[in-house]
Amino acid sequence: MSTVSVRDVTVAFEAVQVFDGLSLDIDEGEFIVLLGPSGCGKSTLLNAIAGLLDVADGQIWINGKNVTWEEPKDRGIAMVFQSYALYPRMSVRENMSFGLKMAKTPKPEIEKRVNRAAELLQITPLLDRRPDQLSGGQRQRVAIGRALVRDAAVFLFDEPLSNLDAKLRNELRVEIKRLHARLGKTTMVYVTHDQIEAMTLADRIVVMKEQKIQQIGSPDEIYHRPANLFVAGFVGSPQMNFIMGRIENTGEGLSFLAGDRRLSLSGYQFATAPSAGQEVVLGVRPEHLEITGTGIWPGFTVDIVEPMGADTVIWCSDGLGSLQVRTTGSRKASPGESLTLQVDSTQVSLFAADTGERL
Amino acid sequence: MDTISIRAPSVPSSGAKVRRSVRTRLPAAFALLPTALVVLVVYIGCMLWTVRLSFTSSTLLPKLDWFGFTQYTRLFANDRFVTSAENIVIFGALFISGCLIIGFLLAVFIEQNVRGEGLFRTVFLYPYAMSFVVTGVAWQWFLNPGLGLQKLVRDMGFESFTFDWLVNQRMAIYTIVIAGLWHGSGLTMAIMLAGLRGIDKDLWKAAKIDGIPTWRVYTSVVLPLLRPMVVTATVLLATGVVKLYDLVVAMTLGGPGIATEVPAKFVMDHLFERNNIGLGTAAATIMLITVVSVLAPWVYTRYVRPQGRHA
Amino acid sequence: MNAAEPQGRRPRHLTAGRIGIYAFLITAALFFMLPLWIMVVTSLKPMEEIRLGNILALPAAMTFEAWTKAWSSACTGLECNGISVGFWNSVRILIPSVILSIIAGAINGYALSFWRVRGANVMFGILLLGAFIPYQVFLYPLVRIFSLTGIYNSLTCIVLVHVIFGLPTMTLLFRNYYAGLPIELFKAARIDGGGFWTIFLRVILPMSTPILVVATILQVTGIWNDFIFGLTFAGRENLPMTVQLNNIVNSTQGERAYNVDMAATMLAALVPLVVYFVSGRWFVRGIAAGAVKG
Repeated sequence: MSTVSVRDVTVAFEAVQVFDGLSLDIDEGEFIVLLGPSGCGKSTLLNAIAGLLDVADGQIWINGKNVTWEEPKDRGIAMVFQSYALYPRMSVRENMSFGLKMAKTPKPEIEKRVNRAAELLQITPLLDRRPDQLSGGQRQRVAIGRALVRDAAVFLFDEPLSNLDAKLRNELRVEIKRLHARLGKTTMVYVTHDQIEAMTLADRIVVMKEQKIQQIGSPDEIYHRPANLFVAGFVGSPQMNFIMGRIENTGEGLSFLAGDRRLSLSGYQFATAPSAGQEVVLGVRPEHLEITGTGIWPGFTVDIVEPMGADTVIWCSDGLGSLQVRTTGSRKASPGESLTLQVDSTQVSLFAADTGERL
Repeated sequence: MDTISIRAPSVPSSGAKVRRSVRTRLPAAFALLPTALVVLVVYIGCMLWTVRLSFTSSTLLPKLDWFGFTQYTRLFANDRFVTSAENIVIFGALFISGCLIIGFLLAVFIEQNVRGEGLFRTVFLYPYAMSFVVTGVAWQWFLNPGLGLQKLVRDMGFESFTFDWLVNQRMAIYTIVIAGLWHGSGLTMAIMLAGLRGIDKDLWKAAKIDGIPTWRVYTSVVLPLLRPMVVTATVLLATGVVKLYDLVVAMTLGGPGIATEVPAKFVMDHLFERNNIGLGTAAATIMLITVVSVLAPWVYTRYVRPQGRHA
Repeated sequence: MNAAEPQGRRPRHLTAGRIGIYAFLITAALFFMLPLWIMVVTSLKPMEEIRLGNILALPAAMTFEAWTKAWSSACTGLECNGISVGFWNSVRILIPSVILSIIAGAINGYALSFWRVRGANVMFGILLLGAFIPYQVFLYPLVRIFSLTGIYNSLTCIVLVHVIFGLPTMTLLFRNYYAGLPIELFKAARIDGGGFWTIFLRVILPMSTPILVVATILQVTGIWNDFIFGLTFAGRENLPMTVQLNNIVNSTQGERAYNVDMAATMLAALVPLVVYFVSGRWFVRGIAAGAVKG
């Protein structure tokens, strides 16, 4: 059963259409991440689900109820914001209980929920402090706590970690994942532009660009079978290598040809069948290029070596183009060195050069 | 200590560096010199001079004798001055609180996504662009009982309607307040509106999700956030209160009788018309002391305390 | 699909709340417009019509007579040359005062935010406090000083006074603006060998357009609207428009010519009103910049 269902929704700002007939179904207990560059419409979609934004057309269903016209507070949702949005000059306890007080929840019940949430987030010692006495990480915990006490079926996160420094971001990311596991049946919709957050947290990722959904799929699918060039380039760091070329039929099956370099596609699972001679882009993740003496692509020269500790990224070129190769940290290389690369055709992606869609 | 002496190269060259930096800064010092002179002569010198004159028996011309506190005893026995002091308290309290309340309400209402927002803003703020003389003359005309508001309402059929505050000894000061509010509320609105616009949009969203009624968000969340704006506006309005002079001169000339006299006018009259420099400067000194005692806590909270607390 | 099913935009209805908001705003707007309206209609009426009352009504017989009279033949005390004299006086005071006070403020602000001069911050602090001290505290000794130097009651004198009392706001305005510019810019200019004036004229001043506009708006309205300095320092020959207006309105013998008074008032309000309507948002910015002290 889906808890959140966005049906054919159109959003318009002053006659400028942001979405046109966008649909999305989210299952109960699922962790969905909306991923995309800024301005792609991910936050707009989240605000539309929350009811902070009027939709121009379509419906929004939450928990089997059509909430298109409902006020945000009546939708059974809770939300966490990038800027924390804690009520200033109210203690942590007051921050967490303000909404419940407004909803005329009985006092003992409020107390119970606040204490439980505080314990869950380990902020009990902070309950009597004020937001301006807290660090960024603590503030965001409080903001999550404020969302928790609402006992909502759906949690909405709007870039909750973007204001934090790298270390705290990692810590809180893990904590959010743990929280999701402990809450069990709670659905989470999480907006971010950070692909690491998306990959680590999501059950399913929705990749968006220019107000359109590019691909919906598990992190594994998104990473290994990107639906188009945009998704392939946006997810993954260092970025996927793209090589322009065309398809050729050699008689023993299809192969990819770029200059005099050739790759047999016998192991490749085509989504749509290509035609011989078609212009294509070959996408290879840096870790799927292997440096061996017996590889099929000889004649690369090392340009730059970037040691990253666990891995080393080697930039190499053959005069036509340059490729990034990710190898283990123990692999030493020096600029000018000559390399031979091995490519595994089952791990690559092929895209039509004209549409950018996966083949 | 050791590391510093090791790092500094040699004595002669560091001396040359100091001399060079003085030489490059010399033009800056010269550029500030005129202002420094003004500060010394006008802002400090003239102030001290005025205070000194308040202890003399100067009348038409300044004398430098010692008259003790005689001028001050005379001042507080002077009906005109006592009325002035009372008036400025009444005006100050009503003007500041009125401007803050009206300005805040206007800002809040304008912020509700209304049509013609720009037009409303323009209308509320334009009086602030006009001089106090213009303000005074305009309100004097509108409130004069003979041909103004009172006559208008009476002609509409309410024969017994009376609105003669402008010529009423007890009420005249309130007409000055009305004119002041008309002139200054827009300023408060502009400051408050800037404050409201600066509030994190996410805060509103959070409150909406929590289901907090709009009025409650304003009182519990927004108002505390606007405190710096309220302080700024109050300080600005308060300096306006102390300087209140043109408006009174243009609107009532201190009348009827001495009903709308204010301290600034008292000083001006005694210095330049009534030839009583001693008494005038004594009144000016009292104004100075009042301002400093009001200002001191504000300067303290704003500039002294924050440095002590936040690291 | 079911017709009753919620879909698309929330139905909007004009709630009591919305009506209340507009009612409040419109009432307030009427209150704020009232004096201006009355000034305009009164200035266009002949005296016979004014005597009838009906202060709000449009003129039955519209005439610009009062305006011409106010401009060229209304009496300010003994002389009857209209408020045009005051207008030109104000212009003569305004132009040098605005230019000089802005130059002073810009140089001070630049020196204060980029150059460490010993004692400069103490000076600035006193200057700022001075902005809050009532003028009455300084006026009499200033009059004596100007009398001794022989420039009392002259154009030079009033311009000087405007520059002196414009210093706190102007210095603050420019100092705050320059403090917001990246210091690296100044450091780069220093490394390139720029001196005090070169950096100011070639690097800083070209970046100052917004604050120059704000300062100009602030000073033009402020100096044009000044009453007390004009009255005290300008001398009989140079009385600014505000003082002339007050003389016209409050020293008339016999029946007051309200239409002429109001026309004169409108004329005196014209310059700041034009500045206000033309500058729009800049005016608000000016207030905000002047308001954020320190």
